[in-house]
Amino acid sequence: MDTTKFTPRKLLVPGVILSILIVLATLPLTGVSPYTFFTMGLTIMYVILAVSWAMFSGPTGYMSLAPAAFVGIGIYVMARLRDVLPLGAIILAAVLCSFIIALLVGLVTLRLKGIYFAIFTFGFVVFLGNFIRYYEFHILGTRGRLIEPVSNETFYYIMLGIAAATLLTAYLIRRSRLGLAMQSIGGNEEAAAHMGVNTTMVKVLTFAISAVFMGAAGATLATRIIYTEPMTAFSVLYSFTPVLMAVFGGMGQIYGPVVGAIIFSYLQHYLSGRFPQYYMLSFGIILILFILYLPGGLAGLIPQLRDRLRGPISKLLKGGKAEQHANT
Amino acid sequence: MQILEGHGVTKSFGGLAAVSNVDFHIDQGEILGLIGPNGAGKTTLFNLISAALPLKSGEIRLKGKKLNGLKPHKICQLGVARTFQGIKICADMPVFQNVLVGAFFGSPNRVSGADAAKEATQALEFVGLSEMRATPAKDLTLVNQKRVEVARALATKPEVLLLDELMAGLNSAEISESMELVTKIRDKGITIFMVEHVMKAIMGICERIMVLHHGEKIAEGTPQEIASNKTVIEVYLGEETHAGS
Repeated sequence: MDTTKFTPRKLLVPGVILSILIVLATLPLTGVSPYTFFTMGLTIMYVILAVSWAMFSGPTGYMSLAPAAFVGIGIYVMARLRDVLPLGAIILAAVLCSFIIALLVGLVTLRLKGIYFAIFTFGFVVFLGNFIRYYEFHILGTRGRLIEPVSNETFYYIMLGIAAATLLTAYLIRRSRLGLAMQSIGGNEEAAAHMGVNTTMVKVLTFAISAVFMGAAGATLATRIIYTEPMTAFSVLYSFTPVLMAVFGGMGQIYGPVVGAIIFSYLQHYLSGRFPQYYMLSFGIILILFILYLPGGLAGLIPQLRDRLRGPISKLLKGGKAEQHANT
Repeated sequence: MQILEGHGVTKSFGGLAAVSNVDFHIDQGEILGLIGPNGAGKTTLFNLISAALPLKSGEIRLKGKKLNGLKPHKICQLGVARTFQGIKICADMPVFQNVLVGAFFGSPNRVSGADAAKEATQALEFVGLSEMRATPAKDLTLVNQKRVEVARALATKPEVLLLDELMAGLNSAEISESMELVTKIRDKGITIFMVEHVMKAIMGICERIMVLHHGEKIAEGTPQEIASNKTVIEVYLGEETHAGS
């Protein structure tokens, strides 16, 4: 975030993302099938989860495994309120619930460092799932809930709207002083505190902001899964998958998690149909290879390629000039 | 005028008193040196002032205002900045961004982007790192990383600057440059409290020196007084005396 310079180059990535969003928003004009709407909506959900995860965990280095908790909260808020409130109001309620619970969890856990924070957030997902199961079964006497579905098209558009809000927020945070504060926490938390950064406030606030989008995505997801029960709503896969996607795509750039989520969802869709036994294995292998050899993810490849290409290109250009000189 | 003062400052780790019942004061605009053998409690005293560690008992005041119980970021915003003995910088961030953090957050008021950038640019220029503003901090040499820490501290616009072994690990040319830098900072009107092992630096630029030993203050005075103080000589050269006897 160099505030002194502002070049058109910096608008390139947001510009491209905005154009893609516009294309996606005008899709029905080309007449796609409801099933395509559904799978695309799911892909966009993973974009939301990966981007919002990277929004907090990328710069601060605090590895959160909490996304499944907020997805689950979203699903349960939708399940409880579907018959009572209009769709928009329920999603807002999910947003609010996620935000408040994230604030509370953040205040308690964000003093933990490194692996301890990851373990706690993971435990939080398991705890919340079991707690709601207990509550439903023993207190309310229910097991699982039916949710009245919305159309695939509506599902798709809500996801797209949330994704647009997520990307805009991620973009604004990166450019803001809050983004710089998060980066300084990731760089050296003690030094950041001694430079005047209110580290607790920054961590808790950004953790809660990122949770908002996960909660909204979960609430929207609930409108298409028809039946839910606590152990599937709070599935730890909603935590691990976005992390894999963000690492795969690369967290140094805003488009990294987006690209990672799109490619990964496609692979998941394609491979799980053809090789149901082996596809999780291949995910594991891909992840290990990326962490070992490409820690910057796919997005980290681009500057590398550019540097590698810059040499030959400038040589070519110089060579051309030299020839011109020779000709004159 | 006393800008920073401590009374009965005490901190223990387990049963071990790291700093015990230390009184100190720094006058506005002076350079105060803090020396003592390894483990004397020098860095602990700094950590207590900057609130990296909580005080066990005693009190520390900045211009009469009690600092006890405040968080590190508050202490920094009130005007006490510091550097660290082991380098603590954001290694992957460019030099300029490192300093920008101090410029943005080191002030109690909201700083605009343009003002923060200006402040950071000036601080880098002051320590002589303008050329390297875009370089990732990890690619700098030790002396330049230390300068990043100083620039970052200066960007917070401090009234008191705590320098924790700024000269350690530097060669003699770099030490001379750093001594010049410290004097230059003082000439800006910033009060300096420095921990140092390099005697040339301590004796050369400090107006007053305080000596800690086993967490207790054993001497305080001008460089001349300290150099001829019997207790100090015993603490520093004690072993040799034993060997000779």
